[in-house]
This record gives sequence, structure tokens and C-alpha cells, in this order.
Amino acid sequence: MSDKSGYDAVVVGAGVIGLSAAWRAARRGASVIVVDRAQPPAGATRVAAGMLAPIGELSFGEPELLQVTLAAAELYPGFVAELEAATGIGTGYTRHGALHVALDRDEAAGLRRIHELQRSLGLGAEWLPPRRCRELEPALTPALSGGVYAPEEAAVDPRRLTAALLAALASEGVEVRTGTEVSAPLLRGERLEGVRTSAGEELHAPFVVAAMGAWSGARSWLPEEARPPVRPVKGQIVELRTPEGRAPCERIVASERVYLVPREDGRLIAGATVEERGFDTTVTAGGVHEVLREAYRLLPDVAEMELVEAMAGLRPGTPDNLPVVGPGPIEGLVLACGHYRNGILLAPLTAESVADLLEEARPARSTFRPDGDPKGNRVAGRLR
Amino acid sequence: MKIELNGKLQELPAGASLADAVRAAGAEQRRGIAVAVDGVVAPHGEWDATSLAEGSKVEVLAAIQGGAEGWELGRRAWKSRLIAGTGGFRSLEQMERALIVSGAEIVTVALRRIDPDAEGSVLDIVDRLGLFALPNTAGCYTARDAVRTAQLAREAFGTEWIKLEVIGDDRTLFPDVVELVEAAETLVADGFTVLPYTNDDPILARRLEEAGCAAVMPLGSPIGSGAGIRNPYNVAIIAERAGVPVILDAGIGTASDATLAMELGCDAVLVASSIFGAAEPEAMARAMRLGVEAGHAARSAGRIPVRTHAEASTPTHGLPELS
Repeated sequence: MSDKSGYDAVVVGAGVIGLSAAWRAARRGASVIVVDRAQPPAGATRVAAGMLAPIGELSFGEPELLQVTLAAAELYPGFVAELEAATGIGTGYTRHGALHVALDRDEAAGLRRIHELQRSLGLGAEWLPPRRCRELEPALTPALSGGVYAPEEAAVDPRRLTAALLAALASEGVEVRTGTEVSAPLLRGERLEGVRTSAGEELHAPFVVAAMGAWSGARSWLPEEARPPVRPVKGQIVELRTPEGRAPCERIVASERVYLVPREDGRLIAGATVEERGFDTTVTAGGVHEVLREAYRLLPDVAEMELVEAMAGLRPGTPDNLPVVGPGPIEGLVLACGHYRNGILLAPLTAESVADLLEEARPARSTFRPDGDPKGNRVAGRLR
Repeated sequence: MKIELNGKLQELPAGASLADAVRAAGAEQRRGIAVAVDGVVAPHGEWDATSLAEGSKVEVLAAIQGGAEGWELGRRAWKSRLIAGTGGFRSLEQMERALIVSGAEIVTVALRRIDPDAEGSVLDIVDRLGLFALPNTAGCYTARDAVRTAQLAREAFGTEWIKLEVIGDDRTLFPDVVELVEAAETLVADGFTVLPYTNDDPILARRLEEAGCAAVMPLGSPIGSGAGIRNPYNVAIIAERAGVPVILDAGIGTASDATLAMELGCDAVLVASSIFGAAEPEAMARAMRLGVEAGHAARSAGRIPVRTHAEASTPTHGLPELS
């Protein structure tokens, strides 16, 4: 037990990143507590589509991002298998691939350019003529100019993943204190030694893991010099449902402008806008219109579906689109934020990295169990 | 009070500040200007507060690279003839690097897509680089809509400058010229510095100039198409006849398109997709800067006329007669 409290680490933020990190650390014997002002799933986790698609999301000039997203995608099957075995709760993880299609000649030229990049990097992606696209997904619009099929791409339901993580943490005896806002850091000299909550309570620990998503940056409780360069990037998505409980597509389908992610229960997530609007989370007519219009162009059956909900969330963006994971600029601070469009995908990899850090750096008197799984590649950690 | 301004005696009112001296040197704006008082560089922020004494030695230097002579737009002097868009970049870091390399002083921002108060966002970078953020009315389909957006932009960005776009349909993104002229007239009357995105139509360009626009911005081809300048004749006619700066606005795909625009007589070129959409935006930003400089230099150099038949480049007169 560490001084003044029973914790090895306080995790601030109960999104998929914070919960995963807490779970992996707890599995390795660390004593952790998670605090969040909201009841999970909230924030970006609640709104995320859960695409685990490093190949389809590839763009020019981001080799480091590809490296970490590929590593994370590889960790996923083991991560969810362990989670499902520990809790009996399904995460909705499916691996049916993703089909990116071009709806006209211009889009085809753009898609072919990306496909050439994918092939040059040896990624599993195949160019399909229109007929083959519609064999895979018969409900696709007939107005197709071709597509790229990436069979290894997967998806997960972030809300079910959250439920499973909460159950797993409960069974590890980890407290997830919701409705609790962190108001200030507890500093001793240059060292972070815990946090103070808005209820006035002090939570002491040698390490504080900052996993506050879009709220990790300018508006966070962190001392100014320790704040990572994270800004909110608004995204609006629409959730649809068929009465028969079967989505009109089997796998992720996407165009230049929209992606559609089917859930096992027949829901379909259509997303997403990308807007630099600060902390605004207004659902706008224009945003919803844009998503639905493009979804309809891609998959006309969408028109018949029930509109369940339209939501807006805030992605934690960074200047170079890479996450900020690793020791923070002040001692005792571990940053696990800035995952931008890839938070759900990068959660297992981030969690292992954070657990590694806590384990390596822990004082000798602590009581980590030796049966933890120390492997797992590092997220490109950066010190800011 | 007499001071020494760039090596010459200059009379200034007693108690004049450094900022007054900079204005007296003819520098209309603070961007790209470095100033030293008695050999010590003074940061921009201190110009107003720095008072000068009798005999102070002030040097005002243009710090922008290239050495190309400047141009004037909206009664302000500019060095760079490349205007860059800020949308579409894959990351802010990439945008920042590309903007720096482009040498652009003016960058366009879309009010609809950016909250000017958002922290850590596009505008922070634009400010940090000391660039002029030119708001546009992207996404407007009627004069009314565009006028309202321009007025909002004036509040939000604190500038009377507006890049006026009134779009006719979302497939071509061609301007709706009837609405455009109406919006331009309204905004000019309201005190705006109006820079309209327009067709490559010389008559329309003249109408916009007559309406009081500070420039005309004809398209080369559809926005984002990268199809280059499809009607160079019209662009040349517009450039020849215009009494305001002509800025080639849309369709640039690669550096030679920008060069051609300048050779046709445009005063500047606006690029967006061609930079952010390139596999390496930073490299393309550099290419665009060089392309614009090359085109401007070639235009000023006075090219040779096009001939049908060859003319040997080695002169024959004056050769020794060996027979």
C-alpha cells in the first residue's frame, strides 16, 4: 500500500482508454481507482463507431500512425477474448472486413491512389470491380466505379466494450467513481502525487493517468505546463436500426465521405463529420443531413431504416494526429490521450503501454503480481 | 523631431512612437517586417510603446524571402503572391509546415467550419505564424446567405475583408453569378473589402470591379478538380483589362498551373486542394511558391514571341570568314 492511500495509480477518465488502462494495470496487480464526472459510456466513447480499420483509414504521410494502429489491431482479438472470458459480456467484436467504394470516376481515381499506397506498404487490400463489390454487399448502390476490400478490418461496439470493461474492473475490485470531477492536481514540489476532487476529497497515488480525451488539453485540471497539445474535434454520427434486426450490410462499407458500421443487433452507425468547433456538441441539421445524404448515396436501403439517435462527440485531436502516451512532463503523470480518430482501436495498445510504465516505474515496496502480461508494443510515446 | 530612418533624415512629430516611424517608412503592415532601433531589434508587440528620441536610428527591413517585388491588395502591401487555403489538411502540424514553406501571407478560413474561439485550432496556428486570416463564405448559395455570413465573419474575425463565394450547385461548385454580383454590391456598400470568386468571364469580372470589389478571383477550372486553367484566353483577357488585382482562384493542380496563371498576367494565385491533397503537402507547398515566383518573373521578363520556324540561337553575323 502506498502512502496515505491504497492506490498505485489514479486513472482520470472512464472512457475506453482509461478503463482499459485501469483493467490492464489491475490485471498485473496494481491497485487503481478510476474517476470520471460522467457515467460511462460517455464522451467520445459513447459516440464512437468502433471501426478497427487501420488499412482503410490510411492516408499519405502518416507512417507512424499506421504502425501503431496496425499493432493495436493485432492486439484486439486477444484483448476482447480475455475480456469476454473474464466477464461473459460480449463486446460486439466482428472481423468481416471493410469495403471502401468509389461512387464516380473522380472518387475512383482517388481511391486507386490510396490503394496503390496500401499495396506499396504490403497491406491486405484488394481492388474490386463494381460487380464484385455488389457480390460482397448486394445492397450497395448500383452507381459504383469500384472498391477496395480489406478483409482483415474489424469493428467493436464501444458501448458494449465499456460494459465489459466495467464488469471486468468490478471483478478485479477496482472502484470506478463516477459523478466525480477532478478539480486540481495534488503537487508536492515538482511531483504529481494525486488529485483533488470537486467534492474536496484527495486521492493520493504515486501515479496519475490522464485519460480525459478531448478535455486533456487547454481545459484540463492539469498544471498548464503539463497539458498535452490536445484539442476537441467535433464529429456527428447517426444511429439507425432495422425492425428485423439485420443491418443492410454485413461489413463496414465506406465512401470518400461516409462510413457505415453494422452492429450485430441490426443497428447501423453512420458517420461522421469533422468540425473544428471547440467544445460545441450541438447536433446540427446540416451535420445530420450530410451524414444521411452520403449514407443514402452509398446504401439506398438506409432510407427505410429507423433513425434512433443523432449524436455529436469530441475527438481528442493532436497537431500531428498521433496519440500522446507515456510519461508526462511532470513526475508522476502518465499521459494517455490525444487518440483523435483512433481511440477505440488504440485502447488495448495504450492500456498495455500504461500498465508497462506503471509496472516498470513502481516503487519496490509495491505489490504487482508477477503473472501479468508484460508484452505488447509501445504506442509511439512522446514527451511534451 | 528628426530621426534617421533607413539612413535618411526623417521629420516626425515630437513623442512619435516606433510604430509611427514604421508607417513613415511606408510599411503598411507588420507582417514580414523587422525593425531595429539604434541597432537593437524591436519585437512587433513593442512598436506602439517604444517612443523615439531626437536622432534615433531606425531601420525597417522586409524580412520575407525571395526578394520579389510586392503587390497591393485592398490598399495593403503584400510580398507573397501565393494565397493558401487552410482546410483539408490531414493534421494541424502538416498544415503549419505547408503554410510556412508556401511563404503565403494571406490564408483563407471558412467561417462555417471553424469556430474562431476554439482553442488550439487552425486560427491559433495562423496567428502564431503572423498570417492574415481571410474569411470566406464557402457553402453559401444565395446573396442573402453570403451577406449574412460575411457580417458574422466580420464580427468573429475582426476584419472587413471577405472572400465572397456564392455557389450555384454542389456538383460543379461554379459561382451563381447573379447572386454573386448582388452580394458584392451589398457588401461593398456595407464597407467590406470584397474579393469575389467568379467565373472566367471577362464581362462579369468587369461588372464585379465596377461594383467596387477589391480584386477579382476567376476560376481556372472547378474547385478541387486540379484540372488547371481550362480557358487561358479568358484569364488573360481578364488580367489585361482589370483595374484591380486578379487572383486565379480554383483548379490549380500542380506548380506549372500556378506558373501559367502568373504568366497570363494574374497578380496572385490561390491554392488549397493541390497542396493538402498532395502525397507530400509540404513539398507541394514549396513547388507552388516557386511556381508562382517563376511565373511572375517570366511575365516581367518579357518572353520571346512564338515563331513558326526555327531561328538559330547562335548569331551568324560577326563570324570570321574562313573561305
